Amino acid sequence: MAGLASPLRVCRGILKELRAMQGPSYKRSLAYSYIMDQFRKNKVTGERYCRAQQEALHASHTYLCLLASSRNHQALHNLYHGKGERSPEEVAGLVGLRLPTQPGGKGWEK
Amino acid sequence: MFRGIVQLRNSFGNVISVCKSCPSNQYSRCLSKYSTASTERKRFYQDVSISQGDDGLYEINLDRRKLKTPGGKLFTVPNEALAIAVATEWDAQRETLKFYTMHLTTLCNTALDNPTQRSKQQMINSALKFLETDTICYRVDEPLGLVELQKNEWDPVLHWMENRYNVTIGSSSSILGPEIPQATKDTFQQHLSSYSLWSLTGLEFVISQLKSILLSLGMVDRYLTVEQAVLLSRLEEEYQIGRWGNVEWAHDYDMYELRARTAAGALFIQLSSENLTVKHKIMQD
Repeated sequence: MAGLASPLRVCRGILKELRAMQGPSYKRSLAYSYIMDQFRKNKVTGERYCRAQQEALHASHTYLCLLASSRNHQALHNLYHGKGERSPEEVAGLVGLRLPTQPGGKGWEK
Repeated sequence: MFRGIVQLRNSFGNVISVCKSCPSNQYSRCLSKYSTASTERKRFYQDVSISQGDDGLYEINLDRRKLKTPGGKLFTVPNEALAIAVATEWDAQRETLKFYTMHLTTLCNTALDNPTQRSKQQMINSALKFLETDTICYRVDEPLGLVELQKNEWDPVLHWMENRYNVTIGSSSSILGPEIPQATKDTFQQHLSSYSLWSLTGLEFVISQLKSILLSLGMVDRYLTVEQAVLLSRLEEEYQIGRWGNVEWAHDYDMYELRARTAAGALFIQLSSENLTVKHKIMQD
């Protein structure tokens, strides 16, 4: 199967997601310090194929996928499914009618 | 005193559980965070932080209050990475709390509360049942393009799994599905029993999302990425999209939701079953 993206791309991707999520103060968040810490720790390895490094890379790739797809899902939801119901006035306006006005208020209102 | 009926969308369907509110003298410290079906909960905290308890388990603090599960238990996670990920989920909420976006929190709650009282053996049995109707074993006969696609994409994964676990799993296009020999089931049974309860909770979630135990195990074994596993699970849909076109508000929406849930499940499994040991070699000058 295709190889994973390089650690640099994954790291930058995660940081972009964190910035999109939390705004300009993302550098002070818990996740930022933990991610940077983990990437730095796993950078240098003695073996050519270091299992822990590959595992960490896969985990970070998974987390990037989680953040990115949650954000996209939320964006699509707001774009297409986020409008909710129309109010009675709008519904009446769709067919060209207007709701009647009762000066004394409707019977069941207080 | 009951606060109200809690409707929390659980990973295994809709579970209605009743959330008790604490007696009034403890109100300041614990409150039901998941209640009210009609109005939406507003974000009531400024900061999210984590802390480590005496037993080494990590807890989440919203402002000063400790997070609790819907069952009333204290929310504890065994490792720091998972705690930070859950804290980030809570921190990502703006204005209102959208619980359906907090997949990791939901998974942790399920693992901690175990509301349906599932044992490890029950979970393993239900996972093995999935093997008989696994997505990548269940092939079609026509249209030919789809048959080709299934052969090219699913066969390598099947062979990799067969080699990895030393089992035989066939693929079939009959309506009954492939015949799985008992030896295969025993091998998988043995493999799955080595997982902890938390990991099995996550695994069940991923299997129910991807509709395939082989794809889930391939992802947990780090052979597939989340995007690849989701693509393989949705192979027929992708084929039809290629033929008839993509509908963003349905196809992309479903794909991103599936990816988010699968990624959360996969991360949950990996974090619940890893032992963090970093051997630092000292540079010898």
